[in-house]
Amino acid sequence: MPGMSKPADDETLTRSGEGGAMWMKGADMVVEALRREQVEVIFGYPGGAVLPLYDALYQCGIRHVLTRHEQGAIHAAEGYARVTGKPGVVIATSGPGATNLVTGLADAMMDSIPLVAITGQVAKTVIGTDAFQETSIIGISTPITKHNYQIRHASEIPKVFKEAFHIANSGRKGPVLIDIPKDVSGEEAWFAYDDPPQLPGYQPTVVPHHMQIRKLMHGLQHAKRPVVLAGAGVLHARATEKLLAFVEKYQLPVVQTLLGLGSFPASHPLCLGMGGMHGSAAANKALYETDFLINLGARFDDRLTGKLEHFAPQAVVAHIDIDPAEIGKNVPTDIPVVGDVGEALSMMLSIDVPPPDAEAWREELLQVKRELPFWWVQDGPHIKPQRLIAEIARITKGDVVVTTDVGQHQMWAAQFFPLNQPDRWVTSGGLGTMGFGLPAAIGAHFGQPDKLVVAILGDAGFQMTLQELAVIGEHQLPIKVVIVNNSALGMVRQWQELFHGERYSESLLPWQPDFVKLGEAYRIPSARVERDEELSAKLEAFLREPGPGLLECVVDPNENVYPMVAPGAGIHQMVGVKP
Amino acid sequence: MTPVLSVLVHNKPGVLNRITALFMRKGFNIQSLTVCITENPEISRMTIVMSDMDEAALEQVIKQLHKQIDVLKVTDLTDQARVARELALIRVSSPIAERAVIHSLIEPFRANIVDVGRETVTVQVTGDAEKIDALIALLRPYGIRELARTGLTALPREAASSADAKRSGEAQVLHI
Repeated sequence: MPGMSKPADDETLTRSGEGGAMWMKGADMVVEALRREQVEVIFGYPGGAVLPLYDALYQCGIRHVLTRHEQGAIHAAEGYARVTGKPGVVIATSGPGATNLVTGLADAMMDSIPLVAITGQVAKTVIGTDAFQETSIIGISTPITKHNYQIRHASEIPKVFKEAFHIANSGRKGPVLIDIPKDVSGEEAWFAYDDPPQLPGYQPTVVPHHMQIRKLMHGLQHAKRPVVLAGAGVLHARATEKLLAFVEKYQLPVVQTLLGLGSFPASHPLCLGMGGMHGSAAANKALYETDFLINLGARFDDRLTGKLEHFAPQAVVAHIDIDPAEIGKNVPTDIPVVGDVGEALSMMLSIDVPPPDAEAWREELLQVKRELPFWWVQDGPHIKPQRLIAEIARITKGDVVVTTDVGQHQMWAAQFFPLNQPDRWVTSGGLGTMGFGLPAAIGAHFGQPDKLVVAILGDAGFQMTLQELAVIGEHQLPIKVVIVNNSALGMVRQWQELFHGERYSESLLPWQPDFVKLGEAYRIPSARVERDEELSAKLEAFLREPGPGLLECVVDPNENVYPMVAPGAGIHQMVGVKP
Repeated sequence: MTPVLSVLVHNKPGVLNRITALFMRKGFNIQSLTVCITENPEISRMTIVMSDMDEAALEQVIKQLHKQIDVLKVTDLTDQARVARELALIRVSSPIAERAVIHSLIEPFRANIVDVGRETVTVQVTGDAEKIDALIALLRPYGIRELARTGLTALPREAASSADAKRSGEAQVLHI
């Protein structure tokens, strides 16, 4: 309301102006904007530049979760966003508070996670003077956010927040950062929140072009070896039911990406599982031999495709993506479809074409699926990490939210924990952020408070953000922390074994803290399991006990993740498809 | 192919940084970049000339530019009929006795002398990059002391602004 002047002094500060506008302080505007966006929970950490904001948050009714590090706060916000589909909100102060968000912003950018990150900034009057805790977070975060704003006057707050939430949670979702100088929080201006965002430079295409959909359906009916590749776009579009309907209508085999797990039931006969570097033999065979590939919201990441010249070399490629810049970026695309995967699937379902004659192809793939499943060999008293994951899935019946860190345990979780529903799988895919899994579990809990959350972590990644155990202990959150302890940076160790002549440069961690005592220090019931014969009983007791828990599982330190497509190889060149 | 893009952006602080950060992140090299306000004070026009690249890379550049919230329009002028001009200021050694030669050299380029000293003259020339390169090459033997070029700025020609302006493999640039 720039045209409206300040009310006379004798009028109350919250008196209504034109169109329900309210005269408010900047900090109160931020809280009011969060309320209008129906934010249920904020993850954050206070500091000097956000003192006025935290004062406004005090007893405001929106839950605030105090993490023990800003990185923990932003990964928690990511975990929340991942299991709810709603933007996660994080607050940090200026300077180091803001720079501690960097990894989470980059992670959310890579994995298209909607976030609104609010950072404090030094007062406008001292910006540029190297003031205490000043940093140019706008400059730092520009390449790792979908968009960012620095607010120059409190009157901009409603417009900026409206735009930020809209940008974060539409089109290809992603993180938006709002930087608020400390003095802006104290400025007063009119607050009105009803106007829709005006963004002429941001008009994402949601409904695909019908001609492209027709072309796709026409191509499908003539396919001999069709495959659906389901990526995270299916989950972002909340289109899992439509995907199931489409797949069943045309009886198409489905391959999933790491981030697409949960988009299609793992228990479904047509599900071939994850494709790519550590994907299943059936999934990679399908991707290699297909003659008609329907990519639903996956970005053809290099860990999925392997060497590009061997990826789907004979296929007509149809790629449905809400981000036009992804189409044709890595894999030449014959049928580009720009739009929301859910809208596309609705249109695809509304067109009836004869189903492709692919019975033989389906049988061939299902036979590979039967004959070459993910495997492990129980060859001693050691706990096999694969069996550990399978046991967690068996005991919980899969009815939990799983978060992971990054590395071997992440791949084993992807391979051995069957995900049959969306919003149950929280993992750092594109950026591969160690230290993600524990704070993400906290966020996932606040997103789905009725579900047990199992954080499957490596011993190394856990130690990057373990301070967040304090949040679990303090609130006695129903989060089960499973440390898959192989005393190594397992994936680094595996690559050194395979590609660097077993020269284990800085990847072994023979010295470890006492994880049980560590958990107990945070008042979390903690235990250790070392022998395979005691695994099932201890795991069952651990998972059935209400409240938080930490279980250190000492696993075979020499176990590797297989099958594997070596870096630089084609996805048909898999090693370790069977024992 | 040397791509030329005309990009309309919001005239706001930080927008230039967003665009250059994008080029850096994606590994695209900029040959020249001009930014100036348009007929609408809220909108700036960037004219970006890039190093040679193939069609796929250029397509990716254009798509990435479109993703920027502050980018309103991207026009690919590479193969379009366009008016494209650059201005150069060339300070060249010019003892009084040789001035007539300089005058006769620059005259066909419709260049002007905009500053005169005892040892040097400063020549102002406008045109496309080739024309300016040609004049610089002609003046070089006389001793170029200093040189400043603005980089290219461009608009599509009116005839090419229509929607059916197609991209062909061959450049349709009209030279004057």
